[in-house]
Amino acid sequence: MYKEYTILTHADYENGIKERKLLGLKCRACTRITCPPMPVCQWCGSRDLERTELSGEGELITFTVIRVPPEGFEAEVPYIPCLVRTKEGPSVVGRLDHDAERATQDLLGKPVKLNGSFTKGDKFSGGPHTCPVFGVRE
Amino acid sequence: MREVAIIGIGHTKFGIASKTLIELFSEAALQATDDANIDPKQIEALFQGAALPGFEEGQVMPAAFSAADLNLGPIPATRCEGACASASVAIRDAAMWVGAGAYDLVLAGGVEKASTMGVSFATRTFAMACHASTEGPAGLTFPGVFAMAARVYARKYGIPLEKLREQMAYVSVKNHRHGALNPLAHFYKKYGALKIEEVLNSRLVADPLTLMDCCPFSDGASALVLCAAEVARKYTDDPVYILGTGQGSGTPLSKMEDLTKPVSRIRSARAAFKQADLSPEDIDMVEIHDCFTIAELIALESIGFFTWGEAAEATATGQTDLGGKIPVNMSGGLIGKGHPIGATGASQIYWLVKQMRGEAPNGNQINPVPEYGMTDTLGGDFGTLCHIILGRSKR
Repeated sequence: MYKEYTILTHADYENGIKERKLLGLKCRACTRITCPPMPVCQWCGSRDLERTELSGEGELITFTVIRVPPEGFEAEVPYIPCLVRTKEGPSVVGRLDHDAERATQDLLGKPVKLNGSFTKGDKFSGGPHTCPVFGVRE
Repeated sequence: MREVAIIGIGHTKFGIASKTLIELFSEAALQATDDANIDPKQIEALFQGAALPGFEEGQVMPAAFSAADLNLGPIPATRCEGACASASVAIRDAAMWVGAGAYDLVLAGGVEKASTMGVSFATRTFAMACHASTEGPAGLTFPGVFAMAARVYARKYGIPLEKLREQMAYVSVKNHRHGALNPLAHFYKKYGALKIEEVLNSRLVADPLTLMDCCPFSDGASALVLCAAEVARKYTDDPVYILGTGQGSGTPLSKMEDLTKPVSRIRSARAAFKQADLSPEDIDMVEIHDCFTIAELIALESIGFFTWGEAAEATATGQTDLGGKIPVNMSGGLIGKGHPIGATGASQIYWLVKQMRGEAPNGNQINPVPEYGMTDTLGGDFGTLCHIILGRSKR
């Protein structure tokens, strides 16, 4: 019989984001959280994982404002990709919902919360993909 | 493992090319075989870096056609892909095969025609070396990733962002000054007198990086002839030896612990030093993967030339220029010389060998002629790292 190794697929993860849920995996071996999903624990490599839901809250690690976009992203400029460390430990890449002209260095370290999703695809991406959108909690 | 020597080097003009990528590679390859005084028919295998030829010319499998274009016969010809580190991966693999005794004489290098794609499409295809499913929809670009790293660097070391931008600008000014002296550079005679303010005031690409913080999209090729060190003197009086190599792999951005301390680079550099039985203090010059100004600073610290948080100030005070602690990118680097991504790793080696032969352009040549040199090549957002240490004498 074919053995399925993937416990939480990337499609499941993206569907969760669309419903404003940040899904991940909890490791029974080291108790830490993996997100976005992988077939093994991102910390210890164990396969003893179960699905879990993260709070969607975290800290803004960094961001940038894209002024020169890749082909297909012209209409969105300026936009703000960001890196967020979730309260539960793992980091995720997403977009920051913020005024690009007011996006300055003092945003780093601010608490953020998942407040939406962004879906994008082109002829190279194997269909559309969805990333989380975070808002700064003042 | 046998020791491996470089006995021939070739390098096309970097910039905007009208020749096809197969033609460009052949030009560099024939320069290299002529330099090595060998008949190309003696080549036993070809290792070619090429990152995006399918998007540039609708050409995948260029290595086989390069072998054909050079009439090398039906020898094994392999394309190596590690994004912007493709050529270094090709050279490292070539050195492994020669070291293992499978071949005595091989051709290794790389080629790219990035400019044909134009800025918008090239930005898209380069971003394919990001983690597609998580970083793709976020719209991350390569300048974007390094802009994010610059912000982390500033915060981590308590440097006001405006001050860091100025320190980063020194990287661009230095590398353009040396690139302007390099006849094969994309920006030969162009930005030799670039000023800090011009870097700061050029247009924003990905905040806080400006256009002059970034390397260009370039066309070009570079190739090397490698052979077993024991027979190197048969071909040339001044072989350069590959003393150590390292390669490391990274993760999607989200799995990185610290954007300013890429584990892939630390591991790769340490492996190269260990094999060469050398340390950063022994290295006389380094060609660093300065795809963006901040990238040079992160690399210098990760390899161990400066301690964490010190490279920005060290660069601003001239410690990475001629006469400084460690001359960095005396070829002009990616910023001044150009960045045909699949060729860059071979170009880095080419310019180290030129330095070791005392043949670098006036104003770029290190005196006395350096004994040890190192390359650092990065692919993707820290996804593929490769280091190669060269010396004028065997281990």
